[in-house]
Amino acid sequence: MSDSANDSTPRGAPPPRAKVVVRGVHKFFQKKKETLHVLDNVNLEVGEGEFVCFLGPSGCGKSTLLNMCAGFESIDKGTIEIDGQPVTGPDPRRVFVFQEYGIFPWMSVWDNIAFGLGNRSFEEKHTIAQRYIDLVGLSGFERAFPMELSGGMKQRVEVARALAVDPDVLYMDEPFGALDSLTRLNMRSEIVRIWGEERKTVIFVTHDIDESVQIAQRVVVLGARPGRIKTIVDLSALEHPRDIDSPPYLAARDELYEAMGVSTRIGGK
Amino acid sequence: MGCFVTAFLAVAQAAGQSAPAAAVDAPAEAALQTAAEIAAGRGYGAAAALLAVGVVCMLLARRMPLRYEAWGMPISLTIVILALWDAAVVLSHSTIFPRPLEVWNAAVELARSGRVFGDIAASLFRVTWGYLLAAGLAIPTGLFMGWYTRGFLALNPIVQGLRPISPIAWIPIAILWFGIGDGAGVFLILISSFFPICVGTTAAVRNISLVHQRSAMNFGVTGIPLFRKVILPAALPQILTSMRLSLGVAWLVIVAAEMVGMESGLGYLINDARNMGSRYDLVVATMIVIGLIGIVLDFLIRRLERFDEVRWGYVKQ
Repeated sequence: MSDSANDSTPRGAPPPRAKVVVRGVHKFFQKKKETLHVLDNVNLEVGEGEFVCFLGPSGCGKSTLLNMCAGFESIDKGTIEIDGQPVTGPDPRRVFVFQEYGIFPWMSVWDNIAFGLGNRSFEEKHTIAQRYIDLVGLSGFERAFPMELSGGMKQRVEVARALAVDPDVLYMDEPFGALDSLTRLNMRSEIVRIWGEERKTVIFVTHDIDESVQIAQRVVVLGARPGRIKTIVDLSALEHPRDIDSPPYLAARDELYEAMGVSTRIGGK
Repeated sequence: MGCFVTAFLAVAQAAGQSAPAAAVDAPAEAALQTAAEIAAGRGYGAAAALLAVGVVCMLLARRMPLRYEAWGMPISLTIVILALWDAAVVLSHSTIFPRPLEVWNAAVELARSGRVFGDIAASLFRVTWGYLLAAGLAIPTGLFMGWYTRGFLALNPIVQGLRPISPIAWIPIAILWFGIGDGAGVFLILISSFFPICVGTTAAVRNISLVHQRSAMNFGVTGIPLFRKVILPAALPQILTSMRLSLGVAWLVIVAAEMVGMESGLGYLINDARNMGSRYDLVVATMIVIGLIGIVLDFLIRRLERFDEVRWGYVKQ
């Protein structure tokens, strides 16, 4: 690969306006007496309204990078800036959608979605909550508790809760990882549709190559140990809805398979 | 079968009695005598009848659907145990230990005289107030210790140091401070319930999943709303479990406390019954009342576990 880890200008057209800027970021984990170098000099820009995937094998530090962007993990070296302001901690303007279910099991669907709405009047909360309940297709389940919902529905609640506070950025950490493959396909379509309607900046972490080709405008491929950017693949030329049988789609997918260093043939020697 | 069991008990008892005896054939003699009594059916009629009823109930319960068997089996077993109890009393020729029917009559006597209700009220009054005070103090303390590491470091050694002291050991101090009466009882229940609830609440808060903590942080929820909407409800299932355990302990402690340092209540009733002419029928009847109230208290607190706000904590996802 010609793109090196230190290349700060990604391949393809530069995004319109930088929303999230990652500069020279390192992360170390102390494990007993060993020091693990988790992220090694990561440089990246994510444009406003862009849908970016972090793709990489497990343990490559992609979730760590996302958690650092969200302010949950400290930055050992380098800076992450959003709208020109360095990230120092979590912020309601940037909302995280968790891998496991982050919605509160002790609250009804309605209470979960209204959780981030603070001191607004009940009418205002109701209008907003209802709008996002409708958006994610959960009308009629307002009073249900999470344990009564399927995995896909819980994840919809989480997406609605995140969108309800009208954030600029959505961080999604393998949000569909625990779902069955059919539900996952549906949820991908949903998230692309919602992104199309709401135009948030989305950073989506996944280890699933097909998932990244189906949803992202740009895919940032990370390598493992230490985690660094291997290459960035621009998919913005692929219009939504994407035809997963079309030659441009298959070419993009093959490029990612190659970047990840895996074969597109299964079962061979 | 009943004859077999009673004969077995007779032999066992005879063997026990004869331990210091020099005569080798004394136990054999006693066993023979008992066997003769059994053969004559003297005194064992009630036991045999109860045993027969119990066994029949068991056989019927076995054939019922499971949800009825769950009631039928324990009830039949209780009847069988009553039969064995009755037989054992007859067998031992005890004049003090009561037979089941005598206990029943004692229970009726207690109910008729009305005295037992006053003692029940006294015990429940002390448990209720001591327990509510304990929960009111222990839950906030536990939330504080669980959430703030500094609070935990400062308070946990003290809590762990006071926790292993039996509430019974506090009785002299309770009487010194509050005198003989409700105050001492309330205080002892407060001591006995505070530590389990406090430790349970602390552990519950420290177990709140990182994802839920981060969700709350992400939406900028802090201070009182954080405790009210996230920390307390997240910990509530485990808090309820610790409250259930401590209510059981409170009910154990109040009886002991009333036996030593109070002049009313079910514990006092037991002591009083023994002192006024060894009325062991009243003693056992009171013990059964204590057990039944314990079951009711546990049943009531278990009802709380059914609310949607906490039910998630008891089912596996």
